[in-house]
Amino acid sequence: MTAKTLYDKLWDSHVVRQEADGTALIYIDRQLVHEVTSPQAFEGLKLAKRKPWRTASMVAVPDHNVPTINRAAGIADPISRTQVETLDANCAEFGIVEFKMGDIRQGIVHVIGPEQGATLPGMTVVCGDSHTSTHGAFAALAHGIGTSEVEHVMATQCLVAKKSKAMLVKVDGKLGHGVTAKDIALAVIGKIGTAGGTGYAIEFAGSAIQGLSMEGRMTLCNMAIEAGARAGMVACDDTTINYVKGRPFAPKDSDWDKAVAYWKTLHSDAGAKFDATIELDAAQIRPQVTWGTSPEMVTSIDGRVPNPASAPDAVKRGDWERALQYMGLKADTPINEIKVDKVFIGSCTNARIEDMREAAAVAKGKKVAANVKLAMVVPGSGLVKAQAEQEGLDKIFVAAGFEWRDPGCSMCLAMNDDRLEPGERCASTSNRNFEGRQGQGGRTHLVSPAMAAAAAIAGHFVDVSR
Amino acid sequence: MRKFELLDGVVVPLDRANVDTDAIIPKQFLKSIKRSGFGPNAFDEWRYLDHGEPGMDNGKRPLNKDFVLNQPRYQGAQILLARENFGCGSSREHAPWALEDYGFRVIIAPSFADIFFNNCFKNGLLPIKLAADKVDVLFKAVEANVGYKLKVDLEKQTITTPDGSAYPFEVDAFRKHCLLNGLDDIGLTLQHVEDIKAFEAKHRAAQPWLFA
Repeated sequence: MTAKTLYDKLWDSHVVRQEADGTALIYIDRQLVHEVTSPQAFEGLKLAKRKPWRTASMVAVPDHNVPTINRAAGIADPISRTQVETLDANCAEFGIVEFKMGDIRQGIVHVIGPEQGATLPGMTVVCGDSHTSTHGAFAALAHGIGTSEVEHVMATQCLVAKKSKAMLVKVDGKLGHGVTAKDIALAVIGKIGTAGGTGYAIEFAGSAIQGLSMEGRMTLCNMAIEAGARAGMVACDDTTINYVKGRPFAPKDSDWDKAVAYWKTLHSDAGAKFDATIELDAAQIRPQVTWGTSPEMVTSIDGRVPNPASAPDAVKRGDWERALQYMGLKADTPINEIKVDKVFIGSCTNARIEDMREAAAVAKGKKVAANVKLAMVVPGSGLVKAQAEQEGLDKIFVAAGFEWRDPGCSMCLAMNDDRLEPGERCASTSNRNFEGRQGQGGRTHLVSPAMAAAAAIAGHFVDVSR
Repeated sequence: MRKFELLDGVVVPLDRANVDTDAIIPKQFLKSIKRSGFGPNAFDEWRYLDHGEPGMDNGKRPLNKDFVLNQPRYQGAQILLARENFGCGSSREHAPWALEDYGFRVIIAPSFADIFFNNCFKNGLLPIKLAADKVDVLFKAVEANVGYKLKVDLEKQTITTPDGSAYPFEVDAFRKHCLLNGLDDIGLTLQHVEDIKAFEAKHRAAQPWLFA
């Protein structure tokens, strides 16, 4: 038998049928649903008088529009409120499990799926959200889809797809103190670029990846899309299985043993062929900070804002100049001299319990700098929030001057009221530093939770590894 | 879905790489529960000088005259010429909805982000990958000639310039078929209901916990 990659195994086990040109129908095990990309899909379904194929495969949650403060007052913006109410109504109509705004299980869709055990090894997982790649951390084939495809999966339980190429990103060695999965993700994107993974499914492997917790692996796979790859994944091992065990949607009793036996086969075979391989030495990765308006515009905390004069070509030079102008930065400025106005710790990339702990460890006993107007911590789910409070992390944050909020996507994309004002500069643990992403005219620097907390305390970027 | 066969349309050049879907349609417009009406807010932050919100009368907003879409010579453009990694970022289908609603039918770029590329085909939009050097030639030609048009023939898979040069392009057979005939994927997939049911039964037997 030929050696297979993890991606081959996940793909092959879900092909319903395949046409001569490679176009396939892929069976979908889990569809996660949120309020922004589903209303038009539900509407399409109803207009065509269709019903969801298998409602039990769906789990829904509102996350993008929800307020992170004064939640008892409901959603003030009537358009946002309508969108969330539309999700509630659609879920009620079709009998879909939904964790509503008042439910402790509510949170960011990519946090709550794994937390509930709704994401399992070997699954195909889709959601109308590009950061669905997160779930690949569980040796699942998971990727974002558009709303037409959301409707297609609802109606047929399948997706029309063509197999991607396979890329191996191998990170060996030991990460330095204060260096996290977020820094690996940004270092990979810095190396291959935001289109480096286009057309590929990425498997992250190597000793540094095996050493990551599930939270770290989720952070890494979450950012696969920022490298252009729709799907990122990590092989299943004991870390995966221990995380899944006992969660509400996880298999039980005899199913559990059978599942574990299968899950243990979910890794690339020795000698499996990848279409591309990238290698990084974990020990060489330093805490990363983005300086521009694309995640590939990244350097280490020891670095400087680059000079467009040294750009490799004219298109890049134009991009860098535009980015520096938008970011209000001068070429050659040392990264650790850049001051921040706001700090955001949250998002589907970095709002899990481990992220909260890392940020709290830095903030403990310190005070947010006077030049920082707002430092906010937004846990990824009600359960993450409760766990953090049980550990006293909320008290550490509040004592240091951070705001401790309710769960949601919040200022990662600023669809609710949490946003940057024009010209404001933010140290953010989110995933995208695009123009206007965190508010029109806002300036985003992507960093790890520890780096964000340290920037809040110092008022500028500092090296948490020292 | 609207059919796509032939187009002879004005080209507008958007000369920057990594244009993301947040730029194509900013988040505040994603609060809509409809799939139409996004065109006036396509590239909102680049196109207008003020901050756009849903419900505004876009006809009364101050335009950014420097933005290429606002220049008189490119009015009525149906072909968007772009750079590498067009449509990166969020999976929001609101991006192709906005481009289609604005009037675009074709986007030409050296590369596209995967999810965006896929979403275009579901909405009667044809994204064409053309080698970077050829895209460069087109950028120069568009900028040099007011009213520059291209002929796009999906059946023959060619782009023809006004001077008669033809650029062949690749397109997936299945996607081409759907676009040429305006076919909706769901209807096609449901022709295979028996295959799906058979697969599901086998899958359920092998991994019953997925169906618990």
